Amino acid sequence: MSSGTHHATHADTLAGRIEEATGVKLAHCYQCGKCAAGCPVSDQMDLTPCQALRMLQYGFPELDRRVLQSEGIWLCLTCETCSTRCPQEVEIPKVMDFLRSEAVRLDLAHPKSKDILAFHRAFLDSIEHTGRLYEVGLVADYKMRSRHFLKDVMLAPKMYFKGKLGLFPHLIKNRQGMKAIFKRTTGKAT
Amino acid sequence: MRIGYYPGCSLLGSSREFDESTRAVLTALDVELVEVPDWNCCGASSAHVIDHTLSLALPARIMALAEQAGLTEILAPCAACSNRLLSAQQEIEQHPELKAEIARIIELPYQGTVKIVNILEVLDRVTERIAVKVTKPFAKKVANYYGCLLVRPPRVVNFDRPEDPQSMDQMMKLVGAESIDWPFKTECCGAAFSVTRTDIVAKLSGKLVEGAVKRGAEAIVVACPMCHSNLDLRRPEINEHLQEEYTIPAMFITQVIGLAMGLDPEKLGLQRHMVSVEFPVERNIPAAAGAQA
Repeated sequence: MSSGTHHATHADTLAGRIEEATGVKLAHCYQCGKCAAGCPVSDQMDLTPCQALRMLQYGFPELDRRVLQSEGIWLCLTCETCSTRCPQEVEIPKVMDFLRSEAVRLDLAHPKSKDILAFHRAFLDSIEHTGRLYEVGLVADYKMRSRHFLKDVMLAPKMYFKGKLGLFPHLIKNRQGMKAIFKRTTGKAT
Repeated sequence: MRIGYYPGCSLLGSSREFDESTRAVLTALDVELVEVPDWNCCGASSAHVIDHTLSLALPARIMALAEQAGLTEILAPCAACSNRLLSAQQEIEQHPELKAEIARIIELPYQGTVKIVNILEVLDRVTERIAVKVTKPFAKKVANYYGCLLVRPPRVVNFDRPEDPQSMDQMMKLVGAESIDWPFKTECCGAAFSVTRTDIVAKLSGKLVEGAVKRGAEAIVVACPMCHSNLDLRRPEINEHLQEEYTIPAMFITQVIGLAMGLDPEKLGLQRHMVSVEFPVERNIPAAAGAQA
């Protein structure tokens, strides 16, 4: 048996925190590989879902760190193919969500997460203020955050002429209520 | 029939034609849609990536508003919205201590009693009415593309089959279309990476377009705004990636049904697509059964 001095209790490991936060028990994974096999982007990942889960099962800080720093967790599309096929019903998308927020919290997020985070924050920024997505605002905010000024610029006029791009935001009545929801959850304006 | 209606943000803008065609078709089928008053964005992919509690609160507010308005059911045509609503509802249900917390955050009483339904479920209730009203059968070969969130995860959506679903195929049969057999029914289109990783969308949606065309489909039928956008708006990127010029249109299921019911193509928003909804006329089908861009 391993000595208690260098073996963390389950609760101190990332796997333990995952179980605490999401209820998912990573020990249930028996490494069949169906998740990685069905994942539409696993060929692009540095760590596939299967590999990430295996690393987390050890409970070693170095491996936990490697998972948090991986690019793979940011490529996850939340398509739910993995969780649907997993014979042990391990809810991998929930784990991925948690890993992403932990990576951000601990400042370990992979550099390639920058644009993805910028997009999501721009999206939430938009709905926090108007209640419903303002697509023009989203794109403008995303460009400011990501510095990709020229991308997709030709799309806007095309969409406008098809009647798909509202120039003005849709404002819900209870915008105060929306702001309050954000304050009580994310705790700050995005 | 009267049902609560939650269009969601994409149906107001980038997938306006889904809203137009849904309203046109359901009105023609005597289904009254009652919009959830002052509805907010469900949070889509962004909320659950950034903050878990937020991803529960936003859908909860929508359902609380529906409850207040006396609605017992909500139709959410957008697959992501219906998936988020169902997901949040279930999680709150499974963790009773969350209910009070969520009610506090949204400043509204929340019972969790509203039933969330998707467009296919609603259409399935009125198949007899549809059958009677089909005057211009949509006699084309179609690839039915269900995408991810309509059918997965099964424990959340509890709808159709997660692998090889049949609901759209059956609906298409009803309106005279011939559904092709293809293995990409539920393969992801690239989802929310449309803006941030367009290359991934080009690759994944490219597989779908090519898969449909090579099996003789004349249209790809969808029931999700994100899927539609990736297959339609992002077609230039797809074609660039595949080094092809595929012009197969992506159509919302409600547009196909609307055409079969003889509704005006403009009322179904067909002119709003980036990839024109045009069909080769070589099979000598009457002009009315096709659509002018």
